[in-house]
Order: sequence, then C-alpha cells, then structure tokens
Amino acid sequence: MIYHEIMIRYGELSLKGKNRNVFIRKLRDNIRRITKDLPTVKVKAEHDRMYLFAEEGQEIEEALKRLPDVFGIQSFSPAVRCKADLETIKETAERILSDMDTEGKTFKVEVRRADKTFPLKTIELQQEMGGHLLPIFPGLVVKMKNPEIRLLIDIREDGAYLSTKTIQGAGGLPAGSNGHALLMLSGGIDSPVAGYMMLKRGLKLDVIHFHSPPFTSEQSKQKVVELAERLSAFGTRIRMHTIHFTEIQQAVQDAVPSALTMTTTRRMMMKIADRVREDIGAKAIVTGESLGQVASQTLDSLSAINEVTSTPVLRPLIAMDKLDIISIAEKIGTYETSIRPFEDCCTIFTPANPATKPKTDKVIYYEGNADFGPMIDKAVAEREIINLPLIKDEDPFSDLL
Amino acid sequence: MIYYDNSATTMPDDRVLDTFIKSSKAFFANPSSLHRLGIEADRLLGRASEQVAELAGMPGGKVVFTSGGTEADNLALFGLARGNRSHGSKILVSAIEHPAVLQSIPQLEAEGFEVETIRVGRDGVIDLNDLDRKLTPDTSVVSIMHVNNETGAIQPLDEAGRRIRAKTRAVFHSDTVQSFGKIPVPVSGNGPDAISISAHKIHGIEGSGALILKKRNGLEPILYGGGQQEGLRSGTVPVAHAAALAKAMRLAVEERGLVPYAEWRNDLIRYFGTYGKVMVLGAENNAPHILSVAIRGIKGEIAVNALQEREIYVSTSSACSSRSRKESHVLQAMGVPDEYRHGVIRISFGRMNSSGEIAQFKEAFTSFMETIERV
Repeated sequence: MIYHEIMIRYGELSLKGKNRNVFIRKLRDNIRRITKDLPTVKVKAEHDRMYLFAEEGQEIEEALKRLPDVFGIQSFSPAVRCKADLETIKETAERILSDMDTEGKTFKVEVRRADKTFPLKTIELQQEMGGHLLPIFPGLVVKMKNPEIRLLIDIREDGAYLSTKTIQGAGGLPAGSNGHALLMLSGGIDSPVAGYMMLKRGLKLDVIHFHSPPFTSEQSKQKVVELAERLSAFGTRIRMHTIHFTEIQQAVQDAVPSALTMTTTRRMMMKIADRVREDIGAKAIVTGESLGQVASQTLDSLSAINEVTSTPVLRPLIAMDKLDIISIAEKIGTYETSIRPFEDCCTIFTPANPATKPKTDKVIYYEGNADFGPMIDKAVAEREIINLPLIKDEDPFSDLL
Repeated sequence: MIYYDNSATTMPDDRVLDTFIKSSKAFFANPSSLHRLGIEADRLLGRASEQVAELAGMPGGKVVFTSGGTEADNLALFGLARGNRSHGSKILVSAIEHPAVLQSIPQLEAEGFEVETIRVGRDGVIDLNDLDRKLTPDTSVVSIMHVNNETGAIQPLDEAGRRIRAKTRAVFHSDTVQSFGKIPVPVSGNGPDAISISAHKIHGIEGSGALILKKRNGLEPILYGGGQQEGLRSGTVPVAHAAALAKAMRLAVEERGLVPYAEWRNDLIRYFGTYGKVMVLGAENNAPHILSVAIRGIKGEIAVNALQEREIYVSTSSACSSRSRKESHVLQAMGVPDEYRHGVIRISFGRMNSSGEIAQFKEAFTSFMETIERV
C-alpha cells in the first residue's frame, strides 16, 4: 500500500489551555527535525491534528518508522489520498480492505467532511460506503463502539483521505516544551531511563558525566556519549558536559574516612552539577536514583547528598523496581549499551562498607579536611562540552558492508 | 568456460573478496577483546549482524554466524528441538530436505525425538494435506526448505506456515540456502521463524553462513565454549567472514533482478522439449535459476563428462550426492521413473552467467545427443 499522508493526533497537549500553541509548534519543529533528511516531507500543524505529507511513498514509510519515538503524539494513521468522488472513494476503500484480514472483524465507517461542497452528507456517505463494502467483504460485522477496523474517510478540498490503521504514539509532551534541566548520566542502566522519562514530560536536557582517567577508560566515556546520543533521538539536541574528576576523587579518599567517601563523592558531584546547571540556565537536576537500590540511595544518603543544594532534584525512578527500569531501558534501546563492562568512576573507588546511614553533620565535618572549593571551580571551568547527536563522520564500514 | 553449477557453489564476487581482505587487515582483533581494536571489530560485527538480519527480512532479529549452511541447519534442528521440548518432542521435516537436515534425523531420534517426513508430489512440492495430517499439538519444530537444491521446486512456505500456526506452537525453520538472493523469501506473515543461509551459494566465501531468527525461540547452542554470540555459538567470531557474508547478501538482494534467469530457464525448457528422451523435472513456476532434466537410458555422469569436454560445467542431481552414487532421495520422493532416474543433470545459473551462453550450451548439448543417438 502506498500512503500519501500521515495524520497525527496530539497526546496530552490537547488538554493544555493557553500553552497549546507553544506545544503544537514545538511538536511540529521536532517532527521537522527528525525528517530533515527526507526532502519531500512537509508538516502542517492544525488546531486539533497535524498532517505529514510526502511526494515519495518511501519517505512516508520512513517517517512511519520514526514517529513512534516522538513525544507529544497520541497516535497516528497513514492515509491514502484519492479523488473526492464517490466511485473513486469506493474503489480505494475496497483496495485497502482487500489487503487486510477482514474475516470476522468488527467494522465501522467514520466520515469527516471538511469540504462541505462534497455532494453527500456525512451520514449518507457512511451508509453508501457500508452498503458498498459489506457485500464485498462478507466477513465484516458492523459495530459502532470500539470496532476492530475503523475506516476513516476524510473529505478535504484536495481529495479524500482514507485510513484504517492507527499506530500508538509515544505519548507525553513535545520534548523541549517544558523547560530545561541537567541530567547526571553515569553509564549505568538507570540514568538514561530517568533522562528518557523527563524528556517524555517535555524537558530539554543537558547531560553531565564524571570521568576519572586513567581509572576509567576512554571506552567508558564513549559509552556515555552513545547513551546521550541515543537520548537525543527522543527530543531536542543534547549537550554533554564531561567533568574531569580524578583529582577530586583522590582528595576525597584522603580527607574522609572510607565509610563516608561515597557520600562525599556524591556531594561533590551534586555541587559540580549544580554549578553547571546554573551556568547553562537550567532549572533542575535529574538523577536516576531509586530509593534503597544501593547504599548511596538510602533515604539517609539521599538526604545527606541533597543537602548541598536547594535546586529541585528530579528523581523519576525513585519509586520504581529495578526490573521495571530494565524493561524501559530495553524498550528505548539503552540497555545493551549500559551493560557493557567498563569501570565507571562510581565503581572504582567504592569502599568495601559504605555507610548506608551517613550523618550529614559528620560528613560536613570531615570535608573540612580539604579545600574542595578551588578544585570544583577548576573542574567546572575545564569541563569538555560536546553537542549531540554528533555530526556523523564518514561511516567507516560503508564500503565494507 | 560456462559455469552452470551455481547450486553447488558460486564464484566469489570480487567485491566480497575485497571486503574480506580489507576487514581481515583492518579489523583483525578479537571482537570480544576489551581494548579499542576489539571494540572496533565488535562494532563492525554488530553492523554486519544488523545488516544480515535486515536483508533476511527479520530486522532486529537474532543472527548466529556459522561455518555454513549445514551448521546452520544442524543448529536450527538440534538447538530448537532441545530448547522446545516442553512444547513436545515431535519434529516434522519434508522428504526432500538437504542431507544437513535429513541425516540429522537418526541422532534426533536417538535423543528421543519423534521425526516424521512430509511427502512431496510428482512436481517436487510438499503435500500440504500430508503436512496437515502430521501436525499434532506436540509438534515443536517444523523444517521445510524453500527451494529444493535438485529440482528448484519452490515450497509453499507461507501456506505451510499458516497451517503450522493454526494447529501447533511449533517453531518453523526453513533452509533457504538455495533461494536467498534468487527469489524473495516470504518471512513476513506466516513465513518461517528462522532461516539458514550459506555465503558460498551467493557469490560469497566458503566456510561461512548464518542461522537468522526473528527471535531466540528457545534456541540452545550445539557448540559450547567461550560463550560468544550470546552463548548461541561459542568460538571466536570471524569478523571478516561476517562482513563478507553481509556484503554478499546485500549484493545478492540488490542485484537480484538484473540477471534474466527465468528467460534462460524457459528457453532451455522449450529446447529440451524438442527431445523425446529428455524429461524436464520441474516447471515454469519453479525457482528460475535451477533446471534439472533427466535423459532416458543414460547415466547423468556421461552428459557431465561430454559437456565438460566443451568447458561447460553442470552437475548430476546434486553435488553433495553426485559422487556417492546413491540414488537421489529427492527423485525417489518425486517418483521419477526408473529409466530416467540415473540420467539427471542439473543446470544452475548464477550472477556471473551471461545470455550468450545459452546458445553455446544448446549447441553442445545437441551435439552430445547426436553422439548418443549413434551408439
């Protein structure tokens, strides 16, 4: 079947009052961005739906593959265009249905008649189509509520658009329509999922990553770049800030008793993240913490770590089980990358028995043993920044495969 | 030289050899190594694997690189049968499968599986009613090849799949060694869950093939060791072979329409029709790149030798069995009459053949027939 158009239904944003237009514009821009390489694609936003057209059927096919990743879409339907006269509409509908399994399926014809010059009224067209199709496809059973096959006929000035398929969208709000935050991205399974969930709520993200060469390898950093790049496929472009953290980590080892190094390390990370957040004008910090998952994520630990800032720290995974987090990671395609076996800066200096109930005042007392201020200034100032997705180099394998 | 034995093996394409050499030089590292060279080799392997799955029509599926078609078939049969014992212990295969499948039966039976074969008709196509009769709820694996290597008969995979799924939870495997890249393999809809392919049948390199599955379907390994390929096939993965297979598959799919196999085959069918002594085994709806004919009263070997004198290479029924002098199980299953059964030659085309060769072949064959008329 060659499609000419995709009709896109808005998700939750149809509820939003005044901001509605902002959301729609953002969604339109996001869709345009992910279809930029498809030259004949055009996107037109209307009040209650969006339409994506293309001259080339193949480009529609390609767009159909990409739309499920776009936030702010409730569902979408590929449609076939034909001349808006009764005979042609009948023929087209017949062609569409003969490609489908109709045996014993419940069925309904729905008509939208935007072009009021069309000679038949909505109900007349519905009856005419039903009367024509039911004898040809005797397996169909008419059902008005929740039919399995819903034939939509949309009569517009430039023709009639017919569709039967409704594909579920990603839901959520258009990425970038709901403010800007900084995600702490480690390379593990959780933090990319946390980023995904916040992107889904319409946040624009920068990510921050802590790198401790030579204890962590170039490959472990590369892995985080790949994760951030994967996240950028769901929304707006993502900037990644890499902090060189070795010096601070070593200073922490010297200053603080080993049971508390983990808490202090996290506090330093949070302090740095907050400074970077301020620098880029973001309003919140996002983490992948889940209550009780590891020693640094007990309520006492979270409280001791959080003490360094009054910035909102968003923890979308806080109440989720590990298995549920993994299943999202698999669904969004970050799991395989996350489980690659490289050391990260959190695992390398992990004490044998980290405190699960660190006392904040004690932690602050020991941190007085070192002057972290200048080290933090330096780490923030010397951070590396890259923009994702990376502009693709020549594919090194293209001539091989 | 006219090489008409492409169902036995094909001449490797220079572009595939090029990939093999370049990958062997630039990505020689072990893809399981943790260092950068290993990671680069692993990335190439990953890309090759993705491409193989996509070209097989199973995007996102599992690819297990093997040493060739036989290993892929063995892995499918033993791996799926052992892994799906909880569904039942009955296995169905067609009577005309490649020996890689048929010769596995005694061992499967020794392991307690019950194996039944599906009959074929005179046209070399499986009897769907026989399949239906033999499908029982405890059938766990069904294996039906796509194109038969001796006759070119195309098996109705989609319809077979529909019947399999209507009655069982069996995993459906197909040996598509002879069909991939020649005719489209129907993997969507009711088509097979897993297919076997071999590189050297599609102008790739010998010693390389793959089992491709839509999903794991309980597959268990038949080789144990370092746990490579997600544990499904231990042994250091030959990255250059994987890349060369991906390339050979791409070329086979992209260039499928460029060679007029059907035109050549139909031309030859008409030509052989002029001889009363020659029986064409198969029909115009068979796969277009394979044509087997039987000559009454002579041995196929004689025709192979006579044509070879003129630098034309064909085979008797199939290369695997042609030296063993055993009667072909496929021709038996099809009920080819005795006086024809020994005189079978198989002509199989490949991408390197050209249209002018058909006339040369006819000339040589005509002269051969004149010789045997005289004796």
